Amino acid sequence: MEIFGIWVAAFLTLCIYSFLYRDNPFYRFAEHLFVGISVGYGIVISIHQGFIPFAWEPFYAAVTGKSLQGLIKLIPIGIGLLFFARLSPQHTWLIRYPIAVLIGFGAGIAIPTVLRANIFEQTRGTVEPFAAIHAGTLSGWGIFEAVLMVVGVICTLTYFFFSVEHRGPIKWLSKVGIAFLMIGFGSAFGNTVMGRVALLIQRVDFLLNDWLGTIF
Amino acid sequence: MDRRIVFILVALAVIIPMLFPVNLPVSVSEPSQKLYDYIDTLPPESTIMLAFDYGPASLAELNPMARAVLKQCFNKKVRVIGLTLIPDAPTLANTLIEEVAKENGAVAGEDYVFLGYRPGGNLVILGMGTSIASVFENDYNGKVLAEIPMMENITNYDQISLLLDLASGSSTETWILYANAQYNLRIAAGVTGVIISQMYPYLQTGQLVGLISGISGAAEYELLIDTPAKGVQWINIESFVHLLIVGLVILGNIAFFIRNRHEE
Repeated sequence: MEIFGIWVAAFLTLCIYSFLYRDNPFYRFAEHLFVGISVGYGIVISIHQGFIPFAWEPFYAAVTGKSLQGLIKLIPIGIGLLFFARLSPQHTWLIRYPIAVLIGFGAGIAIPTVLRANIFEQTRGTVEPFAAIHAGTLSGWGIFEAVLMVVGVICTLTYFFFSVEHRGPIKWLSKVGIAFLMIGFGSAFGNTVMGRVALLIQRVDFLLNDWLGTIF
Repeated sequence: MDRRIVFILVALAVIIPMLFPVNLPVSVSEPSQKLYDYIDTLPPESTIMLAFDYGPASLAELNPMARAVLKQCFNKKVRVIGLTLIPDAPTLANTLIEEVAKENGAVAGEDYVFLGYRPGGNLVILGMGTSIASVFENDYNGKVLAEIPMMENITNYDQISLLLDLASGSSTETWILYANAQYNLRIAAGVTGVIISQMYPYLQTGQLVGLISGISGAAEYELLIDTPAKGVQWINIESFVHLLIVGLVILGNIAFFIRNRHEE
């Protein structure tokens, strides 16, 4: 059975790579199969590990009187079911309630944590090295890094500051900001290439060692 | 030049070093070292959480690092709670944990437990901050959490020394937002090449205690635990492909300038 699985995986891998020559029915077959299986698998897992334990079982226990604690869960289940109101043109307006709950809850839990983790902590991280410079505990390289980071942050933010016209010093600051952005994008692109090549290596490793290993 | 020639060259740059391996030097970066040191200094019987937030498409980069970290934990007698926030991952993650556990003599329920998947993302993270059992009433195999020996004294994040998120998407940021900022849980990440750049700001501020970066990070970690495996083998092959890509970029630019001059 394991060998059969390896052969199926090898066939589908070759089908996908056949696209490098040109588009063909084998590639399309493998692509559609992948998309279909991914969606189907995701739905089944979500039903078994999400819907059944969190919605169906409490609901069933509540309506059959096995667990009265489950009654409280009927409220979120009821609100969630209102999403299906979208299917009836007469009752579409009911969908506003679950969306309002989701947005209200989402914003309520996200805003304080986003402010703390992404604004306050990042600002602290940017200016904190200057305390070390003041205390004289930072090396020459560390001082250079700290100054470079602040210059990068200010220039990049200036590039995205559209309330004033980009002329004179603002124009030059935003140009330096563009250079920092380009370095960032270049780094991200280089890392992406590394990731994609790793995927290719893993597939070639599979074909050479696992698949051909079943033949030779 | 026909682009298919480039594909053939890239294929050769992968196949030849795979058939005739060459060992190039690999140096360990500071973020990988930090994570290794953090886990290494944990006392035995400590517990870490390992979030397998990646699917089959990112398995090539993240499985080698997951394998290396699991091996380090099992050898150090650090207990592991595995879980995932994405639906594609449970089967892959469970298979990997059981495989590594078998190789290192770790026992299910005593040295590790895999909780599986629950939908909800940030709600799952927030829920576990109060009570893990309120989100995962049982483990992946259906065993009630209260009956699992290693979960006996574990209620929430207060008993967890570290969460390592192995991620191919934005899940690490979600863990930082809701587990670190809200509950002060220490977070580390192992990520694919695509998202490494987004992680460095969190590393600099200390919101991440360590970072394993793509396949190169996996190779570094394998060297740190003194068990070179797929990561080290693949990063050597990767170096040849990178050399080829750099060569092609230079060649492309030369051709571009020659053609421009010719047209002028």
